[in-house]
Amino acid sequence: MPAETMQSGAEVLLRALKDQGVDVVFGYPGGAVLPIYDAIFNQNAIRHILVRHEQAAVHAAEGYARSTGKVGVVLVTSGPGATNAVTGLLDALMDSIPVVCLTGQVPTHLIGNDAFQEADTTGITRPATKHNYLVKRSDDLARVVHEAFYIARSGRPGPVVIDLPKDILIGKAPYVAPVATHRSYRPRTEPDPAQIGQAVALLKGAKRPVIYTGGGVVNAGPAAAAALTRFVRMTGFPCTSTLMGLGAFPASDPQFLGMLGMHGTFEANLAMHGADVLLAVGARFDDRVTGRLAAFCPGAKKIHIDIDPSSINKTVPVDVAIIGDAGRAIAELTAAWEADAATPDRAALAEWWRQIDAWRAKQCLRFTQDMAPGAIIKPQYAIRRLHELTRAQSKDTFITTEVGQHQMWAAQHFGFEKPNRWMTSGGLGTMGYGLPAAMGVQLAHPDALVIDIAGEASILMNIQEMGTLAQYRLPVKVFILNNQYMGMIRQWQELLHGSRYSESYSNALPDFVGLAESFHATGLRAENVGQLDGVIERMLASDRAVIADIAVDPAENCFPMIPSGAAHNEMILGPEHEDEARGITDEGLVLV
Amino acid sequence: MPAPDNNHLRSATISVLVDNESGVLARVIGLFSGRGYNIDSLTVAPVDDARGRSRINVVTSGTEMVIEQIKAQLDRLVPVHRVADLTREGPHVAREMALVKVVGTGDGRVEALRIAETFRARVVDTTIESFVFELTGATEKLDAFIELMRPLGLAEVSRTGVAALARGTRTIGGNVT
Repeated sequence: MPAETMQSGAEVLLRALKDQGVDVVFGYPGGAVLPIYDAIFNQNAIRHILVRHEQAAVHAAEGYARSTGKVGVVLVTSGPGATNAVTGLLDALMDSIPVVCLTGQVPTHLIGNDAFQEADTTGITRPATKHNYLVKRSDDLARVVHEAFYIARSGRPGPVVIDLPKDILIGKAPYVAPVATHRSYRPRTEPDPAQIGQAVALLKGAKRPVIYTGGGVVNAGPAAAAALTRFVRMTGFPCTSTLMGLGAFPASDPQFLGMLGMHGTFEANLAMHGADVLLAVGARFDDRVTGRLAAFCPGAKKIHIDIDPSSINKTVPVDVAIIGDAGRAIAELTAAWEADAATPDRAALAEWWRQIDAWRAKQCLRFTQDMAPGAIIKPQYAIRRLHELTRAQSKDTFITTEVGQHQMWAAQHFGFEKPNRWMTSGGLGTMGYGLPAAMGVQLAHPDALVIDIAGEASILMNIQEMGTLAQYRLPVKVFILNNQYMGMIRQWQELLHGSRYSESYSNALPDFVGLAESFHATGLRAENVGQLDGVIERMLASDRAVIADIAVDPAENCFPMIPSGAAHNEMILGPEHEDEARGITDEGLVLV
Repeated sequence: MPAPDNNHLRSATISVLVDNESGVLARVIGLFSGRGYNIDSLTVAPVDDARGRSRINVVTSGTEMVIEQIKAQLDRLVPVHRVADLTREGPHVAREMALVKVVGTGDGRVEALRIAETFRARVVDTTIESFVFELTGATEKLDAFIELMRPLGLAEVSRTGVAALARGTRTIGGNVT
């Protein structure tokens, strides 16, 4: 191609984004990326959303990606722009969210000179990304962009950084079309039929089976969730889910045991402990799920479906490993089960369900709400009312959260019926995730109801994004369970550190109603149970951004709970059940 | 797939064929340090200029479960073409080179030279009070030689780390027939 007809690097970049189907980019300008902002100014295909902090740009891209299945795109400048994005990148890596993050860089001839706003971005982000690039030659630019999208969305998805020196953006660059192959990166998606056969043999002989599903099912797409639902109903087996996997199997289905793990249900955790065959699908045996490893599912033969071979046998040795896409693997498993004319051991399964129903009868999520109009609101009750009142309206509902007690209560009490409707920071546990993630969801689904269930501490970590909501008229609802404490910290201090509430009380909280109004949003507050429904109804009816500040019981703890270092069958059920907290060992105390 | 043994430590010589691009060594080293794995020795050099590929040889140790995890983690790095566990996949040869400086005069110097001949070490530099020996062999052979030199005026050692290949027709890319 003659040089005259070639475009600038920045123009080539935008063309590549367009060819990758990108319609929105979350970003913040700076010196090193000015050529890209100039190219954005001159086109209409890609919409740029100006955030207020680069961390929020990445979380917004994550929310966009998790609610659509598409790759989320971020654009930040060099130096502080890139370092501010690091938390978001690691969040996306831990939760396997496809994100491409474009970072500006000083011109190639200045790299290594401690130039203004220079950072070793590829060095800093290497352990926080699935892969990263520094584009040193204009000839590589278009290819690298296409590769980055392929890597971000295929296999186990994750974030990819492309570091773009300013001279590469200004200089002419050739364009190449997208390709969906890579010379060394070839993720395996098709499961091995022999392993499928072994899995069917184990499953049909199971007397106490449990299906344990994770975020991998959501990542594999809505068809995978449908295949899972069909498989669970076909076999009649009980199904539990990790925090990341909620919604892949309908929460209202009688075969659903609720979430498992540290704040999972009694029935889910005891079923795991008592299982003789465990089928793990797109879940990675995280320490929040397993509890004490030595006592995890002690009697179970384990089958593990995962697209990432490094997830297999990482912490829990398994008997049958199926490497592949969760949707493909479940479809193959279903086909093999049908071809085999397999039937479950119905008598044993009926006995197993009788046992599970006895565990369910404990009603481990039970709480007591005083219904006198002036009574203090229990946080669980606030979530239940939010769930019921959102179900009563017609809009598709998406929930994001921050991190802490409110997040666990949302997971326990808000029932998710469909995948891609629940966005929460699971692996990294990033406070400040929910508001920007909700922005990304709302942009992708302008007509949907998007609610960030928040705590009053977490929300302050990215509160500046209220400005972004105002600028783009995004009607996100922020539902704050305000207990004036970093509640999960306070809970641990109460249970493990002799109620010494060191630095976990938030003195001098803002007036959230006034704060909302200063950002051109609506502020509402519920002080007692008599005001709760009215506030929720006004929030849901509003076509604007809303902060609903819900004053909840500051002393409430999140139960059930597996104490650190304990096993699934050593859960604490909480005051409703008059259980005593079991002694926590020093070994347990070091496990956060 | 049988669950790997998690009780015994073993040593593994792992070869990794990678695209020869900037940052690839940092990815491999960062993986080991970030996840707390051991590196007993590490070598890297281009081996195929036409296709732009380098070979990294890592000697590590861990339980079977940890070594399987190391291989899986290496394999999912984007620029990695192939990971071979030479210790597990069949017989292999592993060689290392050392330069060993011994300083001294008199009987010790004579003894050092005699031991060097036994080990088939070459003298690559000499002054009237020093030698630099070049020695190639298995890691254990180099260790033994260096221990013998210690009382004889051992002053400095430089070692390359292990280079390794499978025996026979097998290669990291498969069988060559």
